[in-house]
Amino acid sequence: MSIVQKIGQTVMKKAAELAPDAWLPGGKPDPLIEHRPALIGAPESRLDGPQKVRGEARFAAEYALDGMVYAALFYSNVPKGRIASIDTSAAEASPGVVLVMTHRNAPPMKPMPLFMTQPKATGGNDLPIFQDDEIHWNGQPIALVLAQTQEQADYASSLILATYLAEPSVTSLSAAKAKGTTPGLFQGEPLKLEIGDAEAALLAAPHRVDSVYRTPRHNHNAIELHAATVFWSDDELTVHDASQGVAHTAWSIAQVFDLKEEQVHVKSPFVGGGFGGKTLWAHQILAAAASKLAGLPVRLVLSREGVYRVVGGRTTTEQRVALGAQSDGTFDALIHTGFVAMTAHNALPEPFILPARCTYAAGSFKLDVEVATVDMLANTFMRAPGESVGSFALESAVDELAEQIGIDPIELRIRNEPEKDPTTGRPHSSRNLVEAYRSGAEKFGWGERNSAPRSRQEGEWLVGMGCATATYPYHRMPGGAARMTLSKDGRVHVEIAAHEMGMGTSTAQTQVIAARLGLPMDHVTFAYGESSMPGMVLAGGSQQTASIGSTIIAANRALVTELLKLTSHDSPLHGLDPDDVIGRDGGLCKIDEPERFESYATLLGRTETGELTVEASAPPPLEAQHWSMHSFGAMFCEVRVNSVTGEVRISRFLGSFDCGRIINAKTAASQFQGGIIMGIGLALMEETQFDERNGRIMNPSLAEYHVPVHMDVPEIDILWTDIPDPHAPMGARGVGEIGITGTAAAIANAIYNACGKRVRDLPITLDKLID
Amino acid sequence: MPQTLSINGTDVPLPDDPRVSLLDLLRDHLQLAGVKKGCNQGACGACTVLLDGKERILSCMALAVQYEGRKVTSIEGLAANGTLHPLQQAFIDHDGFQCGYCTPGQICSSIGMVEELRRGVPSHVTDDLSAETIAFSREEIQERMSGNLCRCGAYNGIIAAISETHAKAVR
Ligand code: FES
Ligand code: FES
Repeated sequence: MSIVQKIGQTVMKKAAELAPDAWLPGGKPDPLIEHRPALIGAPESRLDGPQKVRGEARFAAEYALDGMVYAALFYSNVPKGRIASIDTSAAEASPGVVLVMTHRNAPPMKPMPLFMTQPKATGGNDLPIFQDDEIHWNGQPIALVLAQTQEQADYASSLILATYLAEPSVTSLSAAKAKGTTPGLFQGEPLKLEIGDAEAALLAAPHRVDSVYRTPRHNHNAIELHAATVFWSDDELTVHDASQGVAHTAWSIAQVFDLKEEQVHVKSPFVGGGFGGKTLWAHQILAAAASKLAGLPVRLVLSREGVYRVVGGRTTTEQRVALGAQSDGTFDALIHTGFVAMTAHNALPEPFILPARCTYAAGSFKLDVEVATVDMLANTFMRAPGESVGSFALESAVDELAEQIGIDPIELRIRNEPEKDPTTGRPHSSRNLVEAYRSGAEKFGWGERNSAPRSRQEGEWLVGMGCATATYPYHRMPGGAARMTLSKDGRVHVEIAAHEMGMGTSTAQTQVIAARLGLPMDHVTFAYGESSMPGMVLAGGSQQTASIGSTIIAANRALVTELLKLTSHDSPLHGLDPDDVIGRDGGLCKIDEPERFESYATLLGRTETGELTVEASAPPPLEAQHWSMHSFGAMFCEVRVNSVTGEVRISRFLGSFDCGRIINAKTAASQFQGGIIMGIGLALMEETQFDERNGRIMNPSLAEYHVPVHMDVPEIDILWTDIPDPHAPMGARGVGEIGITGTAAAIANAIYNACGKRVRDLPITLDKLID
Repeated sequence: MPQTLSINGTDVPLPDDPRVSLLDLLRDHLQLAGVKKGCNQGACGACTVLLDGKERILSCMALAVQYEGRKVTSIEGLAANGTLHPLQQAFIDHDGFQCGYCTPGQICSSIGMVEELRRGVPSHVTDDLSAETIAFSREEIQERMSGNLCRCGAYNGIIAAISETHAKAVR
């Protein structure tokens, strides 16, 4: 970023902070908040459900193209150095082989634009791909085979022989720390904040806890393998991708091949789970390059091991949390500092201090993320980057402090509720964490808990309860745009380059559009998942609902403006302003005089074609710089710890959320539950194990990287406040990521209550619980 | 006579290449892409299909040539004349999926699982190992479905869908 851009950004931010409420997006509440139509919040079943249960939903690896060939990759097994020799002759001679591609014959390509360096950049790293003999991580792909069948390609790739000139590498957090660290930068800002002298306040406080918490590397492990089916026609490239950012990916691939953005078509109507991992990595680039060289359509499906070698996951963290408090529990000092491992060509220092910035009032703060640089596969965004692992450390520490002071952990949290944002001073747009705790505690039966560890035993099983706060911010990224066509028969078609990875986006947005226009759901079609559509709406940061919602507000306004222009003196709507009317019963009416109504059929009857198309863009997302906009949740867990084996079973779990208004009760509950289940994995079993001597991932499979299975998951109770956020579109903040936050701490706290063991290193496996 | 196996009621020839798994035969050769590949090594359950209508197998761990003359049913073969199988409808009603990628495997696996209960095949959580049939319980289903991973975490909805379908069938 240039200095001028930086100053521009700072000025903009200050202006957004100081501007009067009414000037900002969300300054005037979305009319859907007050005139809540029945569709908002309705538990509608997924519109794509029938396709999915019939097996008719087509994913990236499921397009069969004429003459298509299959790809297999060959990976380095040293972490750093050069390729000394690579012998591909046996592979080339193997039956069915069409092409073997290495750095010696790959077409010239630029590195992928690195995530967050430009608006549409979405590369997981910005290293050269097949352009030289350099090795940057253990498992880097260095050769690709194309063959007539997958079996032939797989076999041929096993015949490749490579030797290396290895160079010294840094492949553990401790070795990297010893070489010195640099301050983490996230979204252009340092992950560092000091208010007052927190270290001095800590020392002076009558109560204090001060511990180090560790979390390992993680992988997303979406069940759909990463895949790309690609073909070129002349200079146009089509990619059937599994993508959480179709517009971003098209632009980024265009940069790599020196094409115009419009020459790359990325299509991704279904994505088999993303969680931050389905962005742009080397495999899409390699498939396109090989297809170009061979002149044939290519399908490249990463093997499960390939996903671990090519696509990064969440990185390792080592976090210190220290809290100093008065006897009544009020915090004098909140310190959250520590280290993350990160690679050089990468943009994500896991920002674990984010929960500490907004959750509690405190007399002083010291927050800091330091980066230690390793030579490994780039780490990346994974569900709630920062909050997931940061809330584990912070919320464990709060529980430890509560025990020391002898105060109920919920009460301790309530005593430190801030009146405004504790580190920015901005007013809250809507914050109802205390209410979430009260309703959650009551439903869960928190009153039954005995605060003394080991006080409840049933046979071999020690039973305990714990709680923790969940938190995730409201985001709305710039760039939302939509095309909307309304026709005389009262049907509307909307196109946005957005995504459906299972969040229920297409269903929820169909509800919102129907509610906003006053149409039945079956008169609305919502098209998404293609880069040629308007907008750049990343499925990330739990922001799609807000981003699309705000875009639809803009498009609807443009549409209504046009419709009102069509009215003449005899129309009951003549002379009205777009702000005076709302959509209802297949037409428009004046808000406070609903009998002044005209149907869309009548309104569009005044056009020649009987339909109207508008395109509109969402306003810049300044609301989040004016108000402190965060979702919160109160997480409750009951565990059983086996006193003989140390085995942990989660017997009950409840999440009580304050995420603004819920759009679809059915799919939102699933999102919360899904997040909590990934949080169960984070707490109890997930770890990407790597060999600290050479940085090679040792468990690149679903047999050895354990994710929660049916037997690990109890019935999960979900509550929500449903209090609309007056400054968010529809009153809704996102629901996709918050479930994974707070969960691990609630589990760790419950385990402590059950058996008296405080585990600060994730995952909490049974060896850490037996004496 | 060419050697064949039956897939959703249609006879298809065995592949020439004996390395072709049943999964790749279905997905790549026959374009029955409703059958999913999540690991290709028996660890996720996404590729589950039914043999002779009731036995569940992982098609990634099966060579197609092993199944000469057998009847294989994939997710595409479950809906009868366009009407969803009751379990398919229950998955929709109970939101037993998010991304939908594990779903065909979960559905085929549940059908095979219920057959195992009927046949009295015990599991790790079965108390009476000699019972003729195994009683349907939440714990039995959880244990028996644990080979079908769902990273989206739709487990609660899946269990609800299986339980409701089973309860209706018993009535
Ligand atoms: S693909 Fe067969 S078990 Fe995973
Ligand atoms: S629904 Fe996505 S993996 Fe199960």
